[in-house]
Amino acid sequence: MKHIISVLVENKFGTLNRVAAMFSARGFNLESISIGETEDNEISRMTIITRGDDHIISQILKQLNRLVDTLKVVDLTHKPHVSRELLLITLNLGKQTQQQIFSLIDVFKGKVVDIKQKSITIEVVGSPDKIDTTIDMFRPLGIKEIARSGTVAMNRGEA
Amino acid sequence: MHTTGKKMKGSEIFFECLRREHVDYIFGYPGGALLKVYETLHDVKDIKHILVRHEQGAAHMAEGYARATGKPGVVLVTSGPGATNTVTGISNAHMDSSPLVVFTGQVPSSLIGNDAFQEADIVGITRPITKHNFLIKDIKELAITIRKAFFLATQGRPGPVLVDLPKDVMNSECVFHWPENIEIRGFKPTVKGHENQIKKAAKMIAKAKRPLLYVGGGVIASGASDALRKLAIEQNIPVTMTLQGLGAFPGNHPLSMGMLGMHGTFWANQAVNQCDLLISVGARFDDRVTGKIDTFATHAYKIHNDIDPTNIDKNIKVNLPVVGDSRHFLEEVVRELPEKSEDRQPWLDDIEKWRKECPLVFSVDETSLKTELVIDEASKQTGGDAVVVTDVGQHQMWTAQYFKFINPRSIITSGGLGTMGYGLPAALGAAFGIHDKPVILFCGDGGFMMNIQELVTAVYYKLPVKIFLINNSFLGMVRQWQELFHEEKYTFTDLEKSNPDFVRVAEAFGVKALKATNPAEAKTAIAEALAYNDGPILVDFKVVKKDMVFPMVPAGASISEMLLERLNPKTMV
Repeated sequence: MKHIISVLVENKFGTLNRVAAMFSARGFNLESISIGETEDNEISRMTIITRGDDHIISQILKQLNRLVDTLKVVDLTHKPHVSRELLLITLNLGKQTQQQIFSLIDVFKGKVVDIKQKSITIEVVGSPDKIDTTIDMFRPLGIKEIARSGTVAMNRGEA
Repeated sequence: MHTTGKKMKGSEIFFECLRREHVDYIFGYPGGALLKVYETLHDVKDIKHILVRHEQGAAHMAEGYARATGKPGVVLVTSGPGATNTVTGISNAHMDSSPLVVFTGQVPSSLIGNDAFQEADIVGITRPITKHNFLIKDIKELAITIRKAFFLATQGRPGPVLVDLPKDVMNSECVFHWPENIEIRGFKPTVKGHENQIKKAAKMIAKAKRPLLYVGGGVIASGASDALRKLAIEQNIPVTMTLQGLGAFPGNHPLSMGMLGMHGTFWANQAVNQCDLLISVGARFDDRVTGKIDTFATHAYKIHNDIDPTNIDKNIKVNLPVVGDSRHFLEEVVRELPEKSEDRQPWLDDIEKWRKECPLVFSVDETSLKTELVIDEASKQTGGDAVVVTDVGQHQMWTAQYFKFINPRSIITSGGLGTMGYGLPAALGAAFGIHDKPVILFCGDGGFMMNIQELVTAVYYKLPVKIFLINNSFLGMVRQWQELFHEEKYTFTDLEKSNPDFVRVAEAFGVKALKATNPAEAKTAIAEALAYNDGPILVDFKVVKKDMVFPMVPAGASISEMLLERLNPKTMV
């Protein structure tokens, strides 16, 4: 099954490579990986989306922990967490589709970030599932290009 | 010497750090990116630099030294090809958990990434085969990074660490500061096993009727041999060892069952299948040990102690994991155990029965020579009290079977990576560290050619290494598989027509050399070699061409399906 793993790492060159190389060397699936600085500029947070059975996931967590540059590894899958992804999607703008496009933007609470005579670029933020659905719904309307940020996630704060 | 607070050159800081890490030997080879370092080395008298003839030799030599002494091996090579030549040696140390600190020269910082002369991204190349590695970008980071490198290489599960030294960093200056205490926040190995898990392990051991200790290199790395001996002997538990674990328990003790796995003893593999409790200490359930996973030790409750949590449940699902140092684990288990445990005599009787059923034996014929005899004879003549280094292949497995290792750190062999060419340089490294017992190398004729240039090093430093060349003019282990599983198509494994005369080659290097073609000559040659201490000596043992290592578990088969002998005896030459 799909797992969402949050990893705090040293903010150093090569760290992303160490993590990605470990996944490829051991044949683990790596669906998406995103990385950015945290409140402490010496530490970055990586969010990794991967798939595997319990045995594989447990190996992934241990192998991540073993890397010297990783500080904390948490599997968020079964913990309360928030996850978000950013989608940028460019569509062909035509007379017949215009209406539908705008109503879908409304449905998905999207934002128009660029518009030209023949094309429109929209930004949508949401859970990875919502992003998948957004893409599915826009697909019949003529997608020109897609960019997804990969998922970022955090555990939910305490009450 | 008071150096803290003094302004020093990068190259001076480098040697000062090595001094503080108590480094005796550096195995190295100079080059353009290291000129400043070698300039400083000119006046360094307390650290000995050993000049190798190929950087791969330096890495294996450092590993041989590390495995023989327990201290980290240090390598110093130049940028580009110097660095890439160490890759096999680093990978070998990574697979076998040997502490190595490899220093590579690098082009000046300003040229990195420009495809400069002798530039290679060695940090990128070695990321997956080091425990960790560093590129030093600022001289202020030099001392702390070297400190971290030694710390990482030796703490927890040992392994190789690489430090890349750009030329300009070594030329620049800064005030030296030695960080006595360091902390690496992402590296905190669990040394002490969980108390309750250890208590539970002791309980399981006390009530087991058919317990078996399966121990690996972790016992040797952690210095746990005494604790192991205590546990096994007090509790009457038989011990089987992995290739890297040999010597952890004395091979001449009745409770020793020798090696298990693909070329392990019949009785050890039978015991694995029949035991009710498998106590794995510092071993990693390698595929050469387990054979087919689903049929491995199916009747046993499994305890697994290892310092590296990734080894737990990696290949075999265990019932009771204990992450921690093996010595701590064994000492605590011994402390927890009651004096009286279950009666194990019936279990030991079963094992004795298997031992008699399929003993390790070889035939002796007065006119031809078998490797088994050479190894058995060397074992007898030394009483097992030697440091034995091997290369990779049939002779390696026969060494594991027939040499009776009695001390830890007495077998040095490439287990995980299986690196041909490892033996000769590793033996030299061991000889730099060990002076009170003979260092014997068993090496096939194939692997010997792969780092033969290091004979120069042996001669130059007058190392009294006994080079026992097991010469069957074949890549014997590959040939064995070709015979058994590939329709006897001996494609490119017969070296008869291309091998040189090894006695003459050795002599040209300045190595004393003998030849033996039958058991009588072999015995005399071994005695002569053991008595000779004036530098290296080589014995060219002309052994039978088509001998096979048995017993054998075919790859992927269950360890209960051992081949005990050749199926078709007529192919024997």
